[in-house]
Amino acid sequence: MSPAEHALKYPEIWRRFTPRQTLTRYAWYVGAVFIAAWSLHNLDLPWEYLSDAMEQAMDLFTRMVPPDWNVLDEVLHALIETIHIATLGTIISVFIAFPIAFLAARNTTFNSLTWAIGRFILVASRSVNTVVWGLLFVAIFGPGPIAGIWAIAFRSVGFMGKLVAEAIEEIDEGAVEAIEATGASRLQVLWYGILPQVLPVIYGTTVYRWDINIRESTVLGFVGAGGIGILLYSTMNLFRWEQVSVLLVAIFAVVVISEFVSAAVRQRIT
Amino acid sequence: MTAPAQSAAAEKLEWHTIKLIENPVYRYGLVTLAVAYVFWSVGSLDIDWPRVAHGLPRAGDMFARMFPPDFSRWELLSRELLVSVQMALAASLFGMVLAVPLGLCAASNLAPRPVYLVARFIIVLTRTFHEIIWAIFFVKIVGFGPLAGVLTLIVVSISFISKMLAEDIENLPPGQLEAVRATGASFPKLLIYCISPQALPRYLGVSIYRLDANIRHSTVVGIVGGGGIGQVLAASFKRYDYDFSLAILLSIVALVFIGEIFSNWVRSRLR
Repeated sequence: MSPAEHALKYPEIWRRFTPRQTLTRYAWYVGAVFIAAWSLHNLDLPWEYLSDAMEQAMDLFTRMVPPDWNVLDEVLHALIETIHIATLGTIISVFIAFPIAFLAARNTTFNSLTWAIGRFILVASRSVNTVVWGLLFVAIFGPGPIAGIWAIAFRSVGFMGKLVAEAIEEIDEGAVEAIEATGASRLQVLWYGILPQVLPVIYGTTVYRWDINIRESTVLGFVGAGGIGILLYSTMNLFRWEQVSVLLVAIFAVVVISEFVSAAVRQRIT
Repeated sequence: MTAPAQSAAAEKLEWHTIKLIENPVYRYGLVTLAVAYVFWSVGSLDIDWPRVAHGLPRAGDMFARMFPPDFSRWELLSRELLVSVQMALAASLFGMVLAVPLGLCAASNLAPRPVYLVARFIIVLTRTFHEIIWAIFFVKIVGFGPLAGVLTLIVVSISFISKMLAEDIENLPPGQLEAVRATGASFPKLLIYCISPQALPRYLGVSIYRLDANIRHSTVVGIVGGGGIGQVLAASFKRYDYDFSLAILLSIVALVFIGEIFSNWVRSRLR
């Protein structure tokens, strides 16, 4: 059968989507493009600044090399402070997130009001960015690492609480029932029935959040909350670009290493 | 067996909860190390304790001044919120489109080795630096305002979406890829008939998730001068205008919440 005969015999061509499906799909695409175009139009961006952006970027880059390694001592000190902020913040957040996760999990909460409170705390903590928490705590504790530690802790509570609460909701109820059947108190049920089941999740999310927090704490300094960000911000404002490159290398190294460590630890425990 | 011997045997077999690290030496060693670390780190941080001690009354004072939230400047508030949303929308679409070539280059089963390595390096480099560092750079390059914010969000979106896309393509079953290649299909045809039907749904899902993430991040790029609501928030904190700050914060929480609901709704429909 030649293709022409074949077409005569079977006039219908196979299509993956019906015309209606295709149309709605294209409608979505057009809608998305329209919204983006409308946004760009309303933002009224000064596109002419883009014309020399490449030049400016190259200019920055040439000023950054060669890096001025003399500041390395200062940079390492700031880097250690950054790691401390991330680690201490993560430790504090575990202690706050844990009880809230129990409130926010349907099977361990007391009633729907406590559940709603737990959920609200988690959502509010996650919606506010670490840097915004930083602004808040700098206003309270003054500039310095303490503000950073609390900012990290408050932002992490939402993340860890959400994941732990989900883990609590997915536990095997059999173990809980078995322990309840022995006449255990509520606290004992929690300790022997629920905790062992969610403990690996708690360890995993803590280590995971720790590596995110390392990355977040590198910028806390921009609002005065300690860490390497303070140094980065001040050297940038002084236009010492050959020092900025040292800072960027240091940040790159610490973030990549922490990601690696976190992945390795998580692989071991799960 | 006599009764005492029996109970002694039972004691030996006493049940205990499963420990993550079975060896007690290692377990307690790790705990000791952790406690030692906390003391060392708190000691080595230069903390202005008297200033911190003032913190609690200050916090009380601040919260007192935050209530009730001041929505009287709602015009400014809604205008800047809209700017943030528009920044997120525009950046998401640009990022989504630009992420496709980079994502294809970063898939080891499609791209030649050197291209793959370069693309992966770009992704790692852009992902490592926090978006606020990018924002600061773009503010230095194109000046204050939403343009810097949009550029930042575009860079961050490209990096995230292309990473997910590359991983998706790498996880495709090799069978289909081989089958389409065996028919002698060209590279564009391979993309249209093999890659896109399998990777498109997840790519769209990731892009929608990125939109939601961009809404969250668009609220902070303003803090370093990237335009949008973040700039207003930072200014209100500097002026101790705490009741307005709370109004902004509540609006951001509401906006993020709506964005999350929208993103979840679209992604559940995509599945």
